[in-house]
Amino acid sequence: MPHNLFKIHEKEYVLPGTRACQGCGLSIAYRFALKALREDTIVTFPACCLCVLHGLYPLTPVLVPSVNSTFAATAASASGIAAGLAALNRTETTVVAFAGDGGTFDMGIQALSGAAERGTDFIYVAYDNEGYMNTGTQRSSATPMGALTTTTPVLTKQQHKKDFLKIMEAHQIPYVATTTPAYPIDLYDKFVRAKRIKGTRFIHIHTPCPPGWQYPTKDTIRIGRLAVDTGLCVLFEVENGKFRFTGRSRTLAEKGNKLPVVHYVEKQGRFKKMSIEQLNQLQAWVDDRWEEYRRRAAESK
Amino acid sequence: MTDARIITGNQAAAVAARLCDVQVIAAYPITPQSQLAEILSQFVESGQLRAEYVRVEGEHSAMTVCIGASTVGARVFTATSANGLLYMHEQLHWAAGSRLPIVMCCVNRGVGAPWSIFNDQQDSLAQRDTGWIQIYCRDNQEILDTVIQAYRIAETVYAPVMVCYDGFVLSHTMMPVVSPAPAAVRKFLPPYRPHTILDAANPLTLNSVLLPNRRPDAEGTLCDGYMEMRWKLQNALDRAPEVIREVNRSFAEAFGRDHGGMLWTHRTEDAEVILSGMGSLAAEATVAADALREEGIRAGVVGIRVYRPFPAKEAVEAFRGAKAIVLFEKSISYGYEGGLCSDLKAAFYGSGILAPIHDHVAGLGGRDVKARELVEAVKSSLARIQAGERDLKTTWLNCATE
Repeated sequence: MPHNLFKIHEKEYVLPGTRACQGCGLSIAYRFALKALREDTIVTFPACCLCVLHGLYPLTPVLVPSVNSTFAATAASASGIAAGLAALNRTETTVVAFAGDGGTFDMGIQALSGAAERGTDFIYVAYDNEGYMNTGTQRSSATPMGALTTTTPVLTKQQHKKDFLKIMEAHQIPYVATTTPAYPIDLYDKFVRAKRIKGTRFIHIHTPCPPGWQYPTKDTIRIGRLAVDTGLCVLFEVENGKFRFTGRSRTLAEKGNKLPVVHYVEKQGRFKKMSIEQLNQLQAWVDDRWEEYRRRAAESK
Repeated sequence: MTDARIITGNQAAAVAARLCDVQVIAAYPITPQSQLAEILSQFVESGQLRAEYVRVEGEHSAMTVCIGASTVGARVFTATSANGLLYMHEQLHWAAGSRLPIVMCCVNRGVGAPWSIFNDQQDSLAQRDTGWIQIYCRDNQEILDTVIQAYRIAETVYAPVMVCYDGFVLSHTMMPVVSPAPAAVRKFLPPYRPHTILDAANPLTLNSVLLPNRRPDAEGTLCDGYMEMRWKLQNALDRAPEVIREVNRSFAEAFGRDHGGMLWTHRTEDAEVILSGMGSLAAEATVAADALREEGIRAGVVGIRVYRPFPAKEAVEAFRGAKAIVLFEKSISYGYEGGLCSDLKAAFYGSGILAPIHDHVAGLGGRDVKARELVEAVKSSLARIQAGERDLKTTWLNCATE
């Protein structure tokens, strides 16, 4: 066991008995995120997989105070909680908004942009399972090209994933990071770092989803790691405009041994109707971003 | 110590919010509410009011910020109009469902399409079923007083209150308004105590998913299902009139102004014809009633102050003596009639009140309604009623309907 596993806070804030699906990437991410954030945290989230994970009234397996809100409203809900706490001189409490890609890339973008522009003191977490998974795997603007969803059931998603990280960086917030539950220590470290920073912090979690992506539930970590190895998920953080790779992505950038995306794509049923052209386009899209990140990493040195 | 100043309705609302020591304000500008958002910014930035002011990017977020801040225990205020209110609609339900004592001013304005920036009450009437208490004000003094009352009502009932006043007619019209002393308001309005305290010592998930049926908690105690929670909101609003009347009474004792609780009356004791409506139109009707009396027609007015919860019992008492009832409404339930008309008819069912009721839709999109037009409308109604007509379809006052 690597020694840095011991630095992870022992206390569990997500007890057994969540209503998340078997093999859910979010449940791993949420467990480690809350360990990093600890007790004095208020979480707010919309109707989404996390809402399901939190269970059915009057029971919940989650040991941090949390508030449901509506789909478009997650960041505004956090803004309100932060403003209320500020008015009551309770600013030591960390306010965290968790929403999926639908509630972030699509419906929640206005409230999030507003909150970020205002410099609201909170952490916004987009756990990205690349579709409306809670409602049955419909397409979102975060769904990658070539993926089957229940609203792209024959032709597959025709467009690339929206580059939401660029949008968040354009808000010039103090911290933007990406992570994955496949590397829980990377995830934990980023939440610890984000907790110490004031202002709007944005963390994107690439979140494998067995039912939505159609792979065996035992393979969540493997799929998550393959996403990193192929460059579909790039682990990095941008603190005050300074870009740096982290973890496995840093190693890949240094060694230049990124895998072709086909290794990731072929393991998931959602890509079974992907055309060769789409595969090539996806590879080109990944390569373009990868080169851009490498350039930025070099510039930041 | 009190001082009377000549101020607009928007100024009156802003002064009231300051007197209530609101802690979080979230607002997005929209005509005719904008001035209210601006004055509150002035108060906060100049240090006259210690509050967090969240200048949100839209009304959906304005109400959401109020929900979040109220949830953690801050007294919150917002205001909007027309399409801004409609944009909030989802969150209005959420605020009421969360049983949060949010107070919001709705500066009434017509709803697009097509665009109108001018006054009617279609915006707030369209929010009738959101679980909010709705109070309609006659004049700027009532706006100031009602905002103060609204917090005490909301924080007693644990339901949000919408204080409605007519755009431009009141929002931008200057009237003398007495501002109560801050100490007296603090005495009248104790600090807000949230129904649930959110902190690490007692971690809760608020507003989680409910199943249709009740479910036991970890100790085996049966907890509410969705339907029980909905019933509790309905029950709270059913019982709210008692609170609203009590708040009105103690406000009158403390400050010497009685706005009538659920409804108010004007010369109804011996009235044969009763005019009725909400907000400034009802105030205009009092001028019309006085004019009718000068012509020998015994007219009076019932002003519906609180529209939800609906003052059904009070209305039966107030309208009992009338031989004819003429309504003026600044909204329409398309495909039927004015909402107030339907509600009054429902309240009268089985009460023995059989007087003919003639509804008028008036003043939509800011079309001016003059007292003499109300006088003519009432005389025309009475003529038709005296001629034995009973199937009185809603009349669109001062509107080309050919």
